[in-house]
Amino acid sequence: MSGKNVHEHGVEVMEEILEGYNDGTAKDRKKKIEVVKAEDVKCGINANRKIRPGVMSMRGCAYAGAKGVVFGPIKDMIHISHGPVGCGQYSWSARRNFANGTPGINNFVTMQITSDFQEKDIVFGGDKMLTNLIKEADQLFPLNKGVSVLSECPIGLIGDDIEAVSRATSKEIGKPVVPCRCEGFRGVSQSLGHHIANDSLRDWIYEKEVKGVEIEDSPYNVALLADYNIGGDAWSSRKILEEMGLNVISQSTGDSTVSEIANLTKAKVVLLHCYRSMNYISRYVEEKFGIPWVEFNFFGPTQIVKSMRKIASHFDEKIQQQTEKIIAEKYQPQFDEIVSKFKPRLDGKNCMLFVGGLRPRHIIPAFRDLGVQVVITGYEFAHNDDYARTLEYVENTTFIVDDMNEYEMEKLLENFKPDLVGSGIKEKYSTQKQGIPFRQMHSWDYSGPYHGVDGFKVFARDMDMAVNGAIWKKITPPWK
Amino acid sequence: MALRQIAFYGKGGIGKSTTSQNTLAAMAEMGKKIMIVGCDPKADSTRLILHAKAQATIMELAAEVGSVEDLELDDVLKTGFLDIRCVEAGGPEPGVGCAGRGVITAINFLEEEGAYEEDLDFVSYDVLGDVVCGGFAMPIREGKAQEIYIVTSGEMMAMYAANNISKGILKYANSGGVRLGGLICNERQTDREDELITALATKINTQMIHFVPRNNIVQHAELRRMTCVEYDPNCSQSNEYRTLATKIINNKMLNIPTPVSMQELEDLLMEFGIIKEEDESIVGQKKVS
Repeated sequence: MSGKNVHEHGVEVMEEILEGYNDGTAKDRKKKIEVVKAEDVKCGINANRKIRPGVMSMRGCAYAGAKGVVFGPIKDMIHISHGPVGCGQYSWSARRNFANGTPGINNFVTMQITSDFQEKDIVFGGDKMLTNLIKEADQLFPLNKGVSVLSECPIGLIGDDIEAVSRATSKEIGKPVVPCRCEGFRGVSQSLGHHIANDSLRDWIYEKEVKGVEIEDSPYNVALLADYNIGGDAWSSRKILEEMGLNVISQSTGDSTVSEIANLTKAKVVLLHCYRSMNYISRYVEEKFGIPWVEFNFFGPTQIVKSMRKIASHFDEKIQQQTEKIIAEKYQPQFDEIVSKFKPRLDGKNCMLFVGGLRPRHIIPAFRDLGVQVVITGYEFAHNDDYARTLEYVENTTFIVDDMNEYEMEKLLENFKPDLVGSGIKEKYSTQKQGIPFRQMHSWDYSGPYHGVDGFKVFARDMDMAVNGAIWKKITPPWK
Repeated sequence: MALRQIAFYGKGGIGKSTTSQNTLAAMAEMGKKIMIVGCDPKADSTRLILHAKAQATIMELAAEVGSVEDLELDDVLKTGFLDIRCVEAGGPEPGVGCAGRGVITAINFLEEEGAYEEDLDFVSYDVLGDVVCGGFAMPIREGKAQEIYIVTSGEMMAMYAANNISKGILKYANSGGVRLGGLICNERQTDREDELITALATKINTQMIHFVPRNNIVQHAELRRMTCVEYDPNCSQSNEYRTLATKIINNKMLNIPTPVSMQELEDLLMEFGIIKEEDESIVGQKKVS
């Protein structure tokens, strides 16, 4: 790559990729690939569209978005995968949402509870069985604070009335029962599942005025929204907010409770981390309760400091001074230590980063802090506004792809030969077999946290471990 | 004689179950060995043969024992008038679950259990209303019913339904080999009913196989949960059913239907004076005071 005009090289690769397609697919994929320069202010990618047939996409389904992402981490709720057994079984505990509490007693995150539909339930409907299941689950796990009913495909097809069951059983057990119509065939990716789940929370928690525990009013009360506590992310983020002098009264949905979800409306400011999956709730809360929301990014020193100041600007001088104080006295020295240790080992490396709908843009600056350039990126299920938001973080010519498939990924790796790839489990082994170091960036590859100051230390160590791992020196990739 | 699989379709309430049971009873009189497969959640396709209110259905019994795999053929198969074998697929209460899936499950069960391997001349499927979804098209899919008889009348909606059903048949005609055997006109005493259905039959490339006149004796028999053939074998209506039975047994006219467009159907009705030509000039015009 060196010596060649990077942008031209990118465009060449894009053309080569498109040549491999038939006309219909080429026409469609052309709108999903763009080589952007640092100075570009617009990204024309046309995202959140249906997958082309015949390609192996990385996307999930609406159920995955609603159950796996939004509802699943709420720890004191029983989450029912309503339908045949597979959806719940094969997505069981895949996202590493850490939660305090005792599993099976007051924490149900790691449990897989399903209505296990049989032929007769399809034919006769599953409403009665669901009613029994909710009552039985409530007896088995008396410390639960609510139930969510997450529809799998057949429920939508046979038209079961899960809303009526939820209303009736909620009255009976005296706890919120939240139905969620997240049938997998709806929408083009898991993104619609996030939206549906947000709407379910709106209609069945906030609109029904579910009450959280009493909270002392304070001008410093904030809610941490859309941090899923993967590998302990939310705990690390929360620490920063608390050290700034803020009072985190609600954390969701990682290590969260029904009470905390309900108490979101008592915050003075809502702090939104994963914009893509929960911006719907923050917009609703702003409109209905007049609570402002702030997007922030706690990946890597540059963005942590920037975000801390941005958040502090919504509060008084006391908070602002405290923020500056901990940055200067506590965090900066820690950042300097981490960077001085790992930057020399990672400087000048190129990386491809492809996950989700938010993380790539959030993590680009964290890589840059370590001297790593992200040269290929994109999202599985982002919308157009995410691509607009991405350019803010792009400081070098970057190859951007929406809903990348296995063919495109192979071509890109072949042409760009990055030093590190961050993507999902399906991409992990094929990449490693090509001799390229890989980190699984959905679940932090069994590591974490990556958020916050503590997280940056782990992140830097893991990336170093991947790139400079001794094993790669023993392998000769096909092109060398 | 090789096993022939036939099916009766038609608009809801047109008299499919009554017509089919009477005709099949007449066929049984002629010595044919018959099995009826009811594909309607109401499970009323066999009551006149069994003299029963409603037969215990495959799906009902499956739900009781846990799953359809736990059922035996003997649990679901009942024998009625002239040894006609009866089975009902069954299904959910109105408004819940998936009746179509019930039909699929039941028919698969019958096949797996070898219900069709018996020494049978005819298997007859009695299917509810219209071909609303894949489940209710099950009897006309590959390896199932090969001959379809559509029960209709001179009423407009019954003819719409007949045309729609023939669209369903057309869809599976090439892949599965299903054919339309004819229209059975169940008299409603509308104007020029006989001619109208004959004309419709010609349009969709089939025949009006028989015109079944209206006769109150059918009602008398039904109240006793009997076919008219059994209740009063000597009445003229029983002979009508015997004629229809003979025609079906000897039917060689098995065609791929050519369903018509809505417009063509309306033109036909207009031709027979059933509907008047629309006055386009008044469409969307307010009342002038």
